[in-house]
Amino acid sequence: MSTAALAAPAADDLGPRVSAARVFGALLRRDVRVARKELPAFLVRTTLQPIMFTIVFGYLLPKMGFLSRAYTAALLPGVLAVSLAMAAVQAVALPMVVDFAATKEIEDRLLAPVSTRLVAVEKIVSGILQGLVSALFVLPVARLIMGPIPGLTLSHFGEVFAVAMLGAAAFSAMGLLLGTAVGPQHIGLMFSMIVAPMIFFGCTYYPWRGLDAVPVVKYLVLINPLVYVSEGMRASLTPGVPHMPLYVVVAMLLMLTAVFGGLGLRAFDRRAIG
Amino acid sequence: MEAAIETVGLRKVYPAPKMPGRRPRGAPAPAGVQALNGLDLRVERGEFFGMLGPNGAGKTTTIGILTTRVRATSGEARVDGVEVSAQPVEVRRRIGVVPQQPNPDRALNVRENLLFHASYFGIARPVATTRADELMERLGFADKAEAKIDALSGGQQQRLMIARALIHEPRVVFLDEPTVGLDPAARLGLWGILRELHAQGRTIVMTTHYMEEADQLCDRIAIIDQGALLALDTPAGLRAQAPGGTLVELALDGDAEPLVAAATAVAGVERAEARGTLLRVFGPRGGESIPALIAVAEGAGRAVKDIQLARPSLETLFISLTGRKLE
Repeated sequence: MSTAALAAPAADDLGPRVSAARVFGALLRRDVRVARKELPAFLVRTTLQPIMFTIVFGYLLPKMGFLSRAYTAALLPGVLAVSLAMAAVQAVALPMVVDFAATKEIEDRLLAPVSTRLVAVEKIVSGILQGLVSALFVLPVARLIMGPIPGLTLSHFGEVFAVAMLGAAAFSAMGLLLGTAVGPQHIGLMFSMIVAPMIFFGCTYYPWRGLDAVPVVKYLVLINPLVYVSEGMRASLTPGVPHMPLYVVVAMLLMLTAVFGGLGLRAFDRRAIG
Repeated sequence: MEAAIETVGLRKVYPAPKMPGRRPRGAPAPAGVQALNGLDLRVERGEFFGMLGPNGAGKTTTIGILTTRVRATSGEARVDGVEVSAQPVEVRRRIGVVPQQPNPDRALNVRENLLFHASYFGIARPVATTRADELMERLGFADKAEAKIDALSGGQQQRLMIARALIHEPRVVFLDEPTVGLDPAARLGLWGILRELHAQGRTIVMTTHYMEEADQLCDRIAIIDQGALLALDTPAGLRAQAPGGTLVELALDGDAEPLVAAATAVAGVERAEARGTLLRVFGPRGGESIPALIAVAEGAGRAVKDIQLARPSLETLFISLTGRKLE
C-alpha cells in the first residue's frame, strides 16, 4: 500500500492560506452538483402546484368562459413569482432543518476554513440560483398552457431579471431564517400556517390594485413578502396590468432581504456553533 | 516547543433546556448544564492522547470547543498555538475531525464526499483525486468509491469519516469515540490505522469510554468526569496510581453503608466504600480477604449475592476516582 496519503506532516505543511472566495466557490459547486442530481424532484416539488394552477385558471376556466383571456396577463407573473419564491425558500430551508436537527451533514462545511457566516451566505446564493431555475422552467410551460398572453413583453428583460434576483434573494434569506429557527417537527405546520397563506394572499392570482374592492385585505397583504415579487413581475412582464410602482417593489425586496438575511445569519451562527 | 493543544480553565455551561409554559414571575432562571468545569490540558505535538470518561463527562464538549464547533463559556483553548475563539478559521486549517456519529454528505457519493471536502480546503483537484484514491485503498473501501452513502456499512462510513478527516492532511486529528458501534474486527482494523497515523507523527486526540482502547493506543490518558480532569498520565503511570492491589466487589441484598467500618478493619484491606448495595474493598492481598468480608456481611445480617475481583488496572483506578464504572 502507499503511505503517501497517510504521510507524516512536515514542519511547514500548512500550505498557502486558501482564499474565502475559493472556498465559497467550492461550497457553491457542491450545491450546484447536488441540485443537478435532484433537479427533476426539485422541479416537481416547486413547480407542480403553480403549473396545475395555471392549467385550471389559465386554461380551463377561460376556455369554459368563466374567466376572460385577459386574466392570464395578471396570472402569469403571479405564477412565476410563486415558483421563484417557493423554490428559493425550500431550497434553503428544507435541507437545513434536517441537517441541524438530525443528520448534521452540514458539519463538513462548517469545518471548512472560512467563517461560519460565509457558509450561510453561500446557502442564500444557492437558493437564489434555484429560485431562478424554477422560474425559468415555469415561464415557457405556463406560456404554452395559457396560449398567447395579452400584453406579455420581454422587452424589459433587465427589470424582470432584477425583480427575479431580488425576489429570490428575499425568499432565500427567509429560507435561512426558517431553516434555522424551525424544528423538524414543525415543518408541516410551517408550510400550512406560513407558506400556504402567503401564496393565497401574495397577490399571485390577482393584482394588488384589484384589492381596491376590499381595502382591509388590500392593506393587510402588504406584510406579505410575496406581494412584492408578484407585483414586480407584473410591472416588468405585463406592465399593462395594474401594478405597484417598480421602485416600491425594489425597495421592499431589498429591505426584506436585509432583514431576513440579518436575522437568518444570526440564527445560523447560533445553530452552527453550540 | 509549543503544545499541539492547550486548554486553561476551560468551562462550558449549556443553557438550561426550555421548560414548557411560563416561568412564574420572580422565579430564578433555571441553571444551565455545566459540561466543563475548568479543564486544563496540554497535549504535546505528535502525541496520541486519550480522553477517557463515562458518558456526559465532557469529552465531546472538549472536542467540540477544540474543533471550533462549540463556544466555550470561559477559559482558553489553543490548537497548534492558535486561540480557538479568536481565530477559528486558522484552527480549521489545522485539524481533521472524525465525529461520534458518521455524518457524510448523503447527497454526494463516496468519492465526491472526499473530493468536495478537499475542495473546501482549496486542494487542487488532481491532488485531491490522488489522495482520495490512496485513502480509500488504504482504508479498504476503494470498491465503494462510486457508491451512495446508504450502500456503506456503519464501519465503512466510519472509515469514510477518517479518510475525510485526513484528506487535507491536518496536523491534529480529533476522533470522538471512533470505535463505538464497530464490530471487534473493524475495531482492530481501526486501531491499526490509528497506530499508523501516530507513527507518522500526527497529533491524535481520541475520546473513548473503552478502557482497553485507551490503554492499547495512547501515549497519555486524561481521565475526565463531570467536566474536570481527575488524572493524567501514561497508561503505565495510571496503573501505578491505581489503589493498592485488587478490587473486591461484593453485591449485597441491602445497603452496604453500615458495613464499611467493619470491612475497613479486616486484615489486608486498605480502603472500603459503599455504593448502594455494592461494597467495594481495595487491598493488596487479592482474594484472601473474601472469607472475612463475607463474615462481616453476614454478621451485619446481609447476604452476599455476588463477588467480583478486579486486578489493578485503569478500570480499578477509574472506579476509585469516580465511584462509577465506565461501561
